[in-house]
Amino acid sequence: MNELFALLDRLLEFSMPHLVAVPILVPMLTAALMLTMGEQRRRAKSTLAVVSGLVGLIAALALLRWVNAPDTGDGPGSIGVYLPGNWRAPFGIVLVADRLSTMMVALTGVVALAASIYSASRWDRAGVHFHPLLQLQLMGLNGAFLTGDLFNLFVFFEVMLAASYGLLLHGSGRQRVSAGLHYIAINLAASSLFLIGAAMLYGVTGTLNMADLGQRIAQLAPEDRGLVHAAAAILATAFFAKAGAWPLNFWLVPAYSAAVSPVSAVFALLTKLGVYTVLRMWTVLFPADTGASAQFGQEVLIGLGLVTLFAGALGVLGTQRLANLASYTVLVSAGTLLTAVGIGQPAVWAGALYYLLSSTLAVAAFFLLIDMIERWRNAGMSIAPHEFSGNAPFLTEDLTPLHDMNLDDDAQALYGRAIPAGVAFLGLSFVGCALLLAGLPPLSGFVGKFAMLSGLLGAPDTGNAAWAFLALLLLSGFLTLIALCRAGIRHFWTQPHAAIPALPAIEVLPVATLLAACLALTLAAEPVMQHASATAEALLRPQAYHDAVLGARQIPGPTQREGTP
Amino acid sequence: MEAVMALAIGVLTGSGVYLLLRPRTFQVIMGLTLISYAVNLFIFSMGRLKVDSEPVLVPGIASTLANTADPMPQALVLTAIVIGFAMTALFLVVLLASRGLSDTDHVDGEERDE
Repeated sequence: MNELFALLDRLLEFSMPHLVAVPILVPMLTAALMLTMGEQRRRAKSTLAVVSGLVGLIAALALLRWVNAPDTGDGPGSIGVYLPGNWRAPFGIVLVADRLSTMMVALTGVVALAASIYSASRWDRAGVHFHPLLQLQLMGLNGAFLTGDLFNLFVFFEVMLAASYGLLLHGSGRQRVSAGLHYIAINLAASSLFLIGAAMLYGVTGTLNMADLGQRIAQLAPEDRGLVHAAAAILATAFFAKAGAWPLNFWLVPAYSAAVSPVSAVFALLTKLGVYTVLRMWTVLFPADTGASAQFGQEVLIGLGLVTLFAGALGVLGTQRLANLASYTVLVSAGTLLTAVGIGQPAVWAGALYYLLSSTLAVAAFFLLIDMIERWRNAGMSIAPHEFSGNAPFLTEDLTPLHDMNLDDDAQALYGRAIPAGVAFLGLSFVGCALLLAGLPPLSGFVGKFAMLSGLLGAPDTGNAAWAFLALLLLSGFLTLIALCRAGIRHFWTQPHAAIPALPAIEVLPVATLLAACLALTLAAEPVMQHASATAEALLRPQAYHDAVLGARQIPGPTQREGTP
Repeated sequence: MEAVMALAIGVLTGSGVYLLLRPRTFQVIMGLTLISYAVNLFIFSMGRLKVDSEPVLVPGIASTLANTADPMPQALVLTAIVIGFAMTALFLVVLLASRGLSDTDHVDGEERDE
């Protein structure tokens, strides 16, 4: 076994740094190949999507191994830097694979693979070009996680957004087009802000490389500092709109609940991308030890995070539709993560990174599960009739029960009837999602929240913000639990038709895989937490990141080798 | 020149933001277009305004920013224009789809009683 790993490490060592580009290139080439195939060859396309997802996931896991293993690179915590244009760092674009990026890419790989398997069952037939768009979305996400250049980040954001516009409209219909219109408008406005912020940073510092920006900002004259702060605030507004921070998140719930379910599952990653960029830019641009600009905007970050958390928790409690419920839990996790980022303590960051993994997997599984539950409840239809009118699921507008709802069980004797396997699967998965999202033991949601809370309590200076965060974190977990219990009772214990759900294996598999991944996170909590803690420590001290990016050497070309030194 | 540029960017942004907040989809798309013009001019101006110098290196002249224009914002602006153009086209399609599905050009897909 050890020899196998040693061989694997040698193989990894040989393939670096080119392996860093693989998670971007594989989906791009797959999408290009799919576009040449006709619309009727769906089976081939979905097979290709699954193969590409597997390859991407294996590459991401290999990167994760390379970053963490003691025998590869510069030992644990080594940073892989790839120069796509073979220009040195501040002048050319760089792709950087450090602990944080590889973790996010691996998470993207798992969720995207599950979504593409699930979509093969039926949703990819709801419109054209589903699989190529999903691959382009994947390319944009992976690129945004891996890039080390601000403008390149903008380009990958736009790739990801363009694909997400298409995916959101997949299946068409009035609801989706209306939600899509708002989603596109706010994202175009946010992209303009992104460009303004990036241009201002370039105007002041003369560079767009993230590592270089960090160094230049530390050396800046006091009179230029205001401009940099303004630029950072404008950039952050764009990122907040993507992460779903409070005043900028009213587009999120309609868009996520209108999209077809595999798309919503992938969209759960988009808000995490927003959080990732906030964390990355904030730690690189304003690390704790840079004097005047250190941790600029911390209060805003914490404040917005807390309000988002509170608003999301209220939304969870106030909604009756399952899809809206899942969308609000996305907001809850975005709020939690933004606050945890703002707290600025490495122990809290480590807990938050673990929570990020767990909550993304759980929300993605929940979105897929909702699709199956809704179809079972609505006798084959994906969207219930009441969804179009905006009514509550089993109540009319004046809150009286619908006539075909069986509130008491006088119709059938309940004893002696075995629970059908399909209902058992849906019910158990629902319970699993509820435990994960509310953060109850024994699953990974609890471990993540516990790690954040213990980080908060162990931090040297816990101000009022930390206490507010602690209270809201517990409150939001409680409210989520109430809402999910209510939804579970409504959907599983009151059965109007009592038909046995027909669950295709291809739909059961991805949900089971995502939940099993959460279970694996729980069982392997120690190594994952070690990785998360090491990531948080590295974020606190970005010097290694600077050195790795700016120290990357270009590969001499055939003409350079002889003449120039 | 700086004042003219600043005024142009300001007027474009102001009109863009006003139109963006209007209730008709066509006004929104015009607003977004005006904002993207303003942003493009802004990016361009971040390389400092300069007359009569090129962003290319000329033999015999020291290749510093004192002698040449900054080529970087020009490259950025080119990318931003292309992306902005594509996004506007995409938004236009969604706008038409919304108009076709809801029979109104209100951004919410339904007229509000006021």
